[in-house]
Amino acid sequence: MIMENVNNSSGMNTESNTHDVLDSDQITNDESWKNKSRHIFIFSSAGKPVYSRYGCEDELVTLFGVMQALVSFVQDNDDAIEAIFFGNKLLVFLIKGPIILVAVSRNKESVKFLVKQLMYVYNQVVSVLTLTRVTRIFEQRLNYDLRRLLAGSERLIDHLLTFTENQPEFLLDGISCLPLSSAVRESISQAIISTCSKIKNLVFAILIANDKLITLIHMKKYVIKPSDLHLIINMVSSFESFKTAESWTPICLPNFDSSGYLHGHVSYLTEECQACLLLLTVDADLFHELSEAKKKITEKLQRNQSINVISNVISNPVLTMNNVNISTVRHFLYKCKKSSHILAPPMPPPYDTPENSIELLQHYQILHSAMKDGSSNLRLIFQQFKTEVMLGYVTEKFELYVTLDPLISKASSTDAVDKLIRWIQKEEDKFFIPHVPNF
Amino acid sequence: MKTIEGKVVVLGAQGVGKTSLVVRYIGKMFSHHISPTIGASFFTCNINVDDTRVRLQVWDTAGQERFRSMAPMYYRNANAALLVFDITQPTSFASIKSWVKELQRNVEEPLVLCVVGNKTDLESQRKVTREEAEQYAISIAATYFESSALNDCGIEDVFLCCASGMITLSQDKLVKTLRVTPLNQEREGSRTHLHQVPTNEKPPLCC
Repeated sequence: MIMENVNNSSGMNTESNTHDVLDSDQITNDESWKNKSRHIFIFSSAGKPVYSRYGCEDELVTLFGVMQALVSFVQDNDDAIEAIFFGNKLLVFLIKGPIILVAVSRNKESVKFLVKQLMYVYNQVVSVLTLTRVTRIFEQRLNYDLRRLLAGSERLIDHLLTFTENQPEFLLDGISCLPLSSAVRESISQAIISTCSKIKNLVFAILIANDKLITLIHMKKYVIKPSDLHLIINMVSSFESFKTAESWTPICLPNFDSSGYLHGHVSYLTEECQACLLLLTVDADLFHELSEAKKKITEKLQRNQSINVISNVISNPVLTMNNVNISTVRHFLYKCKKSSHILAPPMPPPYDTPENSIELLQHYQILHSAMKDGSSNLRLIFQQFKTEVMLGYVTEKFELYVTLDPLISKASSTDAVDKLIRWIQKEEDKFFIPHVPNF
Repeated sequence: MKTIEGKVVVLGAQGVGKTSLVVRYIGKMFSHHISPTIGASFFTCNINVDDTRVRLQVWDTAGQERFRSMAPMYYRNANAALLVFDITQPTSFASIKSWVKELQRNVEEPLVLCVVGNKTDLESQRKVTREEAEQYAISIAATYFESSALNDCGIEDVFLCCASGMITLSQDKLVKTLRVTPLNQEREGSRTHLHQVPTNEKPPLCC
């Protein structure tokens, strides 16, 4: 059920009621709280607060009560509430069994985009607790306070939300790779494969740095989806504590197996080389074997010098728009469809401020949803924005979104895009991993 | 000379300073901005006590409630447990007691138990008295220590107690999980702490 205007439907008057409740709460009266561009709330079907992105959940109990009432009011009619539009704001609901998630946005995103963001948040909760555990808890006690088990994990959700709002990886369902020559990347993969191929039950070996993928090796038949990889990267970058010592960490990958944990040996290669190696297994007793394997991998990488190459790339980013050097092209996002690997250079001026970069990303989002969400199968889109022209181009092989100078003609924009595609194809080996090796 | 290799598990509520204690001892540093442990972290260190080298495999566990159900994985086959609480948080002291009950139920072999009251740098906000904690420690046959990871105070003694306790355990025929081997070669890469066996059995005083 989608409501266009809440206060015109039969006796609901939700908008005015909501305002009355808001007025009675101190925090919801707070201007800076009200003006946040996007609120995210999680609560249980019994109405117990689980998470609020801003402000303490306890101070928002009445608000949670209202949201829960909205959900159950619609449920009583054997329907499910999806979204409410009011003024310039949009409320989106996602109901996942005993857990209800709500996004309140004033950014003019599509319902689909916000549902996807809520789905990520839900997957983060599952990743921390497993679906089996969440289900069991609420079966046993419907009014359980899930905050007990999520204590300390709020930062994972906070960090993930920032990621979904600031990084093109989320929009494009893709993974950025650390730029490396294919020979170096191959030698890194080989060092891991030759060390780990005999270890039973090792499912994934993942090496990441700067939130980018260096290599990923998987057990035959098992693949890892970009959204699960996003959760792994989110975990690594949310917790500095992984840098202190080797960790043995349970993690559930919702798209791989939401019912149970994988056990992860998590460690950084060396103090000098801040690349994080994750060895994920289904065997809880494998820690010492994986710890030995990690030592051997590091030794091999030191011997073949690739560890120095990695450190260099981490400290001196290779990819900037200056390297691309096509004067009318200001910025672009490229996704290789087969591998889901993406190429997204850092945003150059004037897009390098937080506000401008988020605005540009929103423009990409508009372009992306115009091409993906519509029923028509658009292949090419040319759109004029206030300060730039943007072009989207989708083929069998790739998706490309380009930001161009505002006064460019259609003809010269396609020329520039052709040039850009040639540049990307020339550099392909460095920015993408052509085939994902297995053990 | 011989070596004894044993497993130490560090348990306690969230935020009592488990990681800070271990990192202070092994890494010789302290950070105010340490992030919560996820799952457990693994450290090793060597302590020489007279003619015995004790190699401690330290499992620094996460205090968050969600990892509670995973704790057996970390304390299984442990030879020593450090039960850490925050002297300014009575609930963290209560949580020690439930850990001890869980260990008593689930660990078959004898364990060296050390109760550690951390954060003595916050003496003015103390809520758990030394007497109360000491008495509890005696009741479970543990040794009581007070420490400050911030001021690097009282921590050496905790680990030394683990090491010398393990030497005693190694003479117990019931103990099968401790690995005792004659020492052949120096292992590289892990720090060795030189110590004398303490002659004074009283818990050391902390600043």
